[in-house]
Amino acid sequence: MTATAGDTSGGMTEYIQHHLTYLTVQLRPGAFWVLHLDTVFFSLVFSVGFLVLFILAAQRATPGVPGKFQCAVEMLIEFVDQIVKETFGGKSRLVAPLAISVFVLVFMMNFMDLLPVDALPTVARDLGIGHLRTVATADINTTLGMALCVFLLIQWVGISEKGLATFFGEWFTAPFHAHGAVAKILLAPANLLLRLIEEAVRPLSLSLRLFGNMYAGELIFVLIAVLTLDASLSHLSTYVFGPIQLVADFIWTLFHILIITLQAFIFGMLSIVYLSMAAERH
Amino acid sequence: MDIAITLVVQGIAFFLVVWLVMHFGWPAFMQALEARQRKIAEGLAAANKGQKDLDDAKVTAQEIIRAAREKAAQIVEQANKRANEIVEDAKQAGAVEGRRLVAHAQEEIALETSRARETLRRQVADLAVRGASRLLEREIDPKTHAELLGKLELEIANG
Repeated sequence: MTATAGDTSGGMTEYIQHHLTYLTVQLRPGAFWVLHLDTVFFSLVFSVGFLVLFILAAQRATPGVPGKFQCAVEMLIEFVDQIVKETFGGKSRLVAPLAISVFVLVFMMNFMDLLPVDALPTVARDLGIGHLRTVATADINTTLGMALCVFLLIQWVGISEKGLATFFGEWFTAPFHAHGAVAKILLAPANLLLRLIEEAVRPLSLSLRLFGNMYAGELIFVLIAVLTLDASLSHLSTYVFGPIQLVADFIWTLFHILIITLQAFIFGMLSIVYLSMAAERH
Repeated sequence: MDIAITLVVQGIAFFLVVWLVMHFGWPAFMQALEARQRKIAEGLAAANKGQKDLDDAKVTAQEIIRAAREKAAQIVEQANKRANEIVEDAKQAGAVEGRRLVAHAQEEIALETSRARETLRRQVADLAVRGASRLLEREIDPKTHAELLGKLELEIANG
């Protein structure tokens, strides 16, 4: 690699750009009709893997002495079940399955962030695939898709727990409770406005929090990788940045283990909380 | 931020995962877990009952042993009493028998004494008669001197 200043800078930008580009396919003309193949592929792999393992374990679950695999799954299930029982007061059977799906899927998709940033893209390049982003949760489409799904389920649980009349009635009567017809009419617009903001903010905060954390984490891994982009035994910088990169990568990986777990937990926990709020009567 | 059709795909995929877990995964696990919980609860209840039964049995056994001990003590006491009674009775019977024997022996002795005295008297009378006849140098005819002899004999006997 020839080492002029302009080239290095260009290589760096190109490297980062390359890592932030999705493998896409254009379904129809228009900016919206772009499908991120890599995102869909990884989330699909994890979804199918999770479903197969979980449903297989469920079908073979025995009330007798459980095997090791069943024990492992049951530990996760009891963990989720306890959280749901403590938080959710309604009778919907949706909440716990939703929570465990969020915990497992988000954690697994986040976990891809811990693989070396170049590992899978290099394999893909050798297979003739130009771009590959492995962390599905660093794609706003994944997190927003999940958050919107949770949003719709919140509305569904609210309607099924309270009935249509109460559900829509609360749009106008909460959080400001009024006594008397005039006060109720006066407060109704404010209530509706707050309600709409509240409902709109939920999927946004849910999705942006996860997306931001994962995107930033991935970007930092990419930046750490950039340190030795033009590595060569004849460059002095390699001997300086090499060890720095090793230490930085190690520390950030350790820290990121915490982040990916925490973000999966937060996403799941907030979903449970929102659903339990939807089930509550005001 | 490039919102794209991926959003819809991801949302639907996630919903499908939740739906499948809700229908084919979670309930089966919950059933298994609840069944196991029930089994364990039953087992614990049975263990408790067994423990209680054992305690009860221990108490009952203690009571039986205590009763048996009391009964044994009672029997021993009775036996002692009875033995004492038997000894007492035997003592009394012995004493009575002893007195009877002593009385009998005394009677016998008295009888023998009087008999010996009688014999001795006869012999003395005989000796006296013989001596007298020797003194007179002639035979005393018992027929002629019967009266005399008889008087003598009576005298000796009384003397």
